[in-house]
Amino acid sequence: MTDQKKATITLSHIGELWQESTRREFMRVAALGGTAVLLPTLFAACSDSKNNDDITGPPAGTVVIDLGKDAGVLNYAYALEQLEAAYYTQVVTGISSSGLTAAEQVVLTDIRNHEVIHRDFLATALGTAKIPNLSVDFSSVDFKSRLSILRTAKTFEDIGVGAYNGSGKLLKDVNNLLVAGKIVSVEARHAAAIRDLLNPGSRDFAGDDVVDRTSGLDQEISPTLVLGGLLTFVKTPIQLVSTP
Amino acid sequence: MNENKSVLETIEPEVVEALVTRRDALRKGFGLGSTAAAGLAFASVPLALAAFAGQVRAQGSPGIIAVLNFALTLEYLEDEFYRKGLASSAAAAFTAGERAAIEQISMHETSHVAFLQTAIRSMAATPVAKPTFDFTARGTFPDVFTNKATFMAVAQTFEDTGVRAYKGQAGAVQSNPAVLTAALQIHSVEARHASQIRRLRGQKGWITNADRGNLPAATQATYAGEDNTTHNGVNAASLGTNFGGTAAVTEAFDEPLTMAQVLAIAGPFIV
Repeated sequence: MTDQKKATITLSHIGELWQESTRREFMRVAALGGTAVLLPTLFAACSDSKNNDDITGPPAGTVVIDLGKDAGVLNYAYALEQLEAAYYTQVVTGISSSGLTAAEQVVLTDIRNHEVIHRDFLATALGTAKIPNLSVDFSSVDFKSRLSILRTAKTFEDIGVGAYNGSGKLLKDVNNLLVAGKIVSVEARHAAAIRDLLNPGSRDFAGDDVVDRTSGLDQEISPTLVLGGLLTFVKTPIQLVSTP
Repeated sequence: MNENKSVLETIEPEVVEALVTRRDALRKGFGLGSTAAAGLAFASVPLALAAFAGQVRAQGSPGIIAVLNFALTLEYLEDEFYRKGLASSAAAAFTAGERAAIEQISMHETSHVAFLQTAIRSMAATPVAKPTFDFTARGTFPDVFTNKATFMAVAQTFEDTGVRAYKGQAGAVQSNPAVLTAALQIHSVEARHASQIRRLRGQKGWITNADRGNLPAATQATYAGEDNTTHNGVNAASLGTNFGGTAAVTEAFDEPLTMAQVLAIAGPFIV
């Protein structure tokens, strides 16, 4: 890949990441070996080692995740599972006034159980290497709205699938790779179920927005983009180092 | 890879052809040649695919090619199964939701076949030939193409087995990051398929214990070992206390199958 082909895309707000046109542009830029810059005021929580000039110094209490080590990759997964577990815990706590049908409540409760188990499994596996508990912010979610709950769940599951798919190659120990594989297919099962609750009987469970028609491949999302996509939901500053 | 070439220019022409469908070009309103159209279509192609052709070529090894041919054999099986199913009398009874799901899944399996063939050729190897299939599994499912329920049951076992098959090979392709990532990207698509087929059949989208649910006993090998709760030396069984118990722990982790186990399951379907 050539230097003169490198491009930069700058986002003014994090929501742009999940607009289809912006996401495609991101993928195109990334494919050319370019870089993504997130404006520091909105992205102080996440630094990219390539973009130190564009990022203000990490604030106090920043959780550092070193993706150059298996423990860091597992902590990255642990961070995702912490967010998911916290989200579904809040969904289940208020489920009687969520507007979800009884059948949907069963699905969401199952997913809550799985995400809590994923979180606690990774905490156990990491032992003293684990990052602290993250502070979450779900103020953007209306927990009395079925649609708000399911749409947020879809975001978490699709990003979760893409995150595991995109970070498998960073793992060095084959046993850790297997564990990640055991978890990601369950996240994909969740994603399909949530998508079908949102649009029953459609093709959305593996829709063209997440599975490329031509190759039949699901998304793989870089850690920087994953963190960007979830920034709305996490208050604890996170710094990724040794990003691929 | 030549440092002065763009990603597109480094990709084999046949890979470009595989990436670009005529529809992509037509939809965008251009009557362009394939390379030009590839530039337009590329924005919608996952990053892994762009990287794939460039990275995979020099790193092919007999082991990795064997895994890709194994995966291709499974994809041949699924691809032919869904295409025949959609054309069969079993499909006449499909609900709109079942038809939508099977059509989408069928499209993906066809794409997986083409993708794997392209990947294998890009490593200067020859894709394995498509076997002759017997979807009755030597008479175990005699009405697979005349009875919707049987067709959907076989579909579930194919998808749940497919997830386990890809998972079981991740370690074998770890030395090639492009192949590993693509394999993971197919793996999660198979899991999405499995979830949808299961739910259409009135099952949970995830596998509880080693239960085959409402499937016939002949499918049990697809679920054997799914009740494992120890992962990388950590026993997770107790983590389900207050969160669905051990059953939920088994649901939270899917288990791999070895190549031999998968071939034993698929064997009866191959003439």
